[in-house]
Amino acid sequence: MQDDRPGRTDSSADPVRDGQVTAICQRHGNQPGELIEILHDVQTALGFVPDGVLPVIAQALNLSRAEVYGVRTFYHDFHAEPAGKHILQLCRAEACQAMGCERLAASLAKSLGIAFGETTEDGAITLRAVYCLGNCGLAPAAMLDGRLIGRADAQVIATALAAAKAGR
Amino acid sequence: MPNTVDIYVPCDAAALSVGANEVAEAIAREAAARDASVRIIRNGSRGMFWLEPLVEVATAKGRVAYGPVRPQDVAPMFDAWLGGTAHRLLLGPTDEIAYLKNQERLTFVRCGIIDPLSLEDYEAHGGLAGLRKAVATPLPQVVAEVLEAGLRGRGGAGFPAAIKWKTVAETEASQKYICCNADEGDSGTFADRMLMEGDPGSLIEGMAIAALATGATEGYVYIRSEYPQAIATMQAAIDLWEAAGLLGDNVAGSGKAFRLHVRRGAGAYICGEESSMLESLEGRRGVVRAKPPIPAISGLNGKPTVVNNVLTLASVPVIIAKGAAHYKAFGMGRSRGTQAFQLAGNVRQGGLVEKAFGVTLRELVETFGGGSATGRPIRAIQVGGPLGAYVPNSQLDLPMDYEAFAAAGAMVGHGGIVVFDDSVDMAQQARFAFEFCAIESCGKCTPCRIGAVRGKETVDKIIAGQDVAKNLALVADLCETMTDGSLCAMGGLTPMPVQSAIKHWPEDFRGRTPPRKGSETIQIPAAE
Repeated sequence: MQDDRPGRTDSSADPVRDGQVTAICQRHGNQPGELIEILHDVQTALGFVPDGVLPVIAQALNLSRAEVYGVRTFYHDFHAEPAGKHILQLCRAEACQAMGCERLAASLAKSLGIAFGETTEDGAITLRAVYCLGNCGLAPAAMLDGRLIGRADAQVIATALAAAKAGR
Repeated sequence: MPNTVDIYVPCDAAALSVGANEVAEAIAREAAARDASVRIIRNGSRGMFWLEPLVEVATAKGRVAYGPVRPQDVAPMFDAWLGGTAHRLLLGPTDEIAYLKNQERLTFVRCGIIDPLSLEDYEAHGGLAGLRKAVATPLPQVVAEVLEAGLRGRGGAGFPAAIKWKTVAETEASQKYICCNADEGDSGTFADRMLMEGDPGSLIEGMAIAALATGATEGYVYIRSEYPQAIATMQAAIDLWEAAGLLGDNVAGSGKAFRLHVRRGAGAYICGEESSMLESLEGRRGVVRAKPPIPAISGLNGKPTVVNNVLTLASVPVIIAKGAAHYKAFGMGRSRGTQAFQLAGNVRQGGLVEKAFGVTLRELVETFGGGSATGRPIRAIQVGGPLGAYVPNSQLDLPMDYEAFAAAGAMVGHGGIVVFDDSVDMAQQARFAFEFCAIESCGKCTPCRIGAVRGKETVDKIIAGQDVAKNLALVADLCETMTDGSLCAMGGLTPMPVQSAIKHWPEDFRGRTPPRKGSETIQIPAAE
């Protein structure tokens, strides 16, 4: 019988992917203390942390699947679903609020035609909220594919997105 | 230009966020095109963010600054240099800029001056003096010196650092740890990031001294994943120190081992709480631990562990090198030394201001900050992060002192200062405080987990004008429960911004008021 509770599905068994994940765990000495680093590395390699790899990690680290599932779901960084080609994060914490980030958030969502947490239909851009990027002296702050953007406005972000899409 | 000229372009994340790399590339291109011999040095930031990218040129009379520089400014700047005229972006000698000149930099003394990845630079500017002295000093004397200096935790709580050290030093164990909390998640703070990117050596040196003093042999720097630049710089610096024999099996010839590792966070705000950070370092969900036992007795992996903030540890080398008396001479009352105040949000001159405790909020926001960025009147200032109070203009003359702020129902915390102009709606800010707590609560204790959700719902009712007086009383009651009954500061301090907003701006909590001009309803999604 198919066990389809979260974290327990392995219907999409993928030996190549699982081999990659096993290798990542080995690189971290199969140490349970390194679980967060392992999840980061898995996400970097696969783009997300699918349910299917949780049992692979659990076995390598000698943890229960519940423990691995619990860690993946606790931290905002880890995603069970693939993201778009580019990830745009907009800071919506206090210092950026003081510089009008909510207006910017609304205009970005409108121009991309998606809500925060969603990906554009063409799979190009995922829009996410983040709470502080440590650039509070140059608010509002955003991050595109890990690159910090200061004094963000609709124009600055549109330019950065166009450059990213063009592969620059 | 005669000979080789040193040009400094910061590689701090804030400077990069407004184009410092593009400026550095333009300088290299322009120099090559003109056959000018320049050496581009990537320093940290001086902490004057409104001037970033701030380019400095070494001259016979010291470094002179230009800023903010855009790539298209570079060619005209070369024209001016070669023609012997002053470019319009010339700010004069960097050290003479009032914002910098009027600071008292002890912890950030090298930040923005040195190449963060040059040990030679580090030592030439006073680095390693503390560690060398600590190696030659009886270890209890090192702890005593830090205690005597009155160094309190810079992460927000202000607990005397040396008390933790003393407990770890005196606890017998097969393994001890030094853990640096670099999970700087509070909005309005960037000092930890700036230091790790601009002068990582002072943090490493502080951790090495803490390790020698307590007998710890392993250390971790837990850095939030939102700081990729800081993570890369810290790792590179640790590698340099290891290669130079300053970390590893024999720290600076002491015969003692200390190995240091960088660990990434994963986007959980609560991991800035020390016990939650320890859980995360052990690879688990960042759920807060009940105390006792305190981490100094049973911390990482159940072993005695020093947990200190970045700036606490980075302040140690100067205390050891120059002595407790030198450090203690700065400050007021029981707040000794300096604090890295961070001007953020709606402020004209955002940046880092290291000053002795006792400086007033007005000096920081008006004299250094230059007032609001939008030019509108300032209405509220949140001090000490999302869990700190909103301070009204009537309290601008409060001195930055742990005790003075506590007496006023506020907190200095880590010195983060977020300025809001008169378009802010304080009921929305109170609502946000609860909502943020609801999203980021680890879920272990009920007052925080449930209280934050109910708090947000109740503020929504107040905003909608539903039974306003009754619901305000309910919020007051809920805040009391959260303050008294939460396990950690997340639930325990969320009431502080809420209650300060209600107390100082009651007009915003009368319900069904038309939104303030320029204000917006904040409907936030969870961080993803």
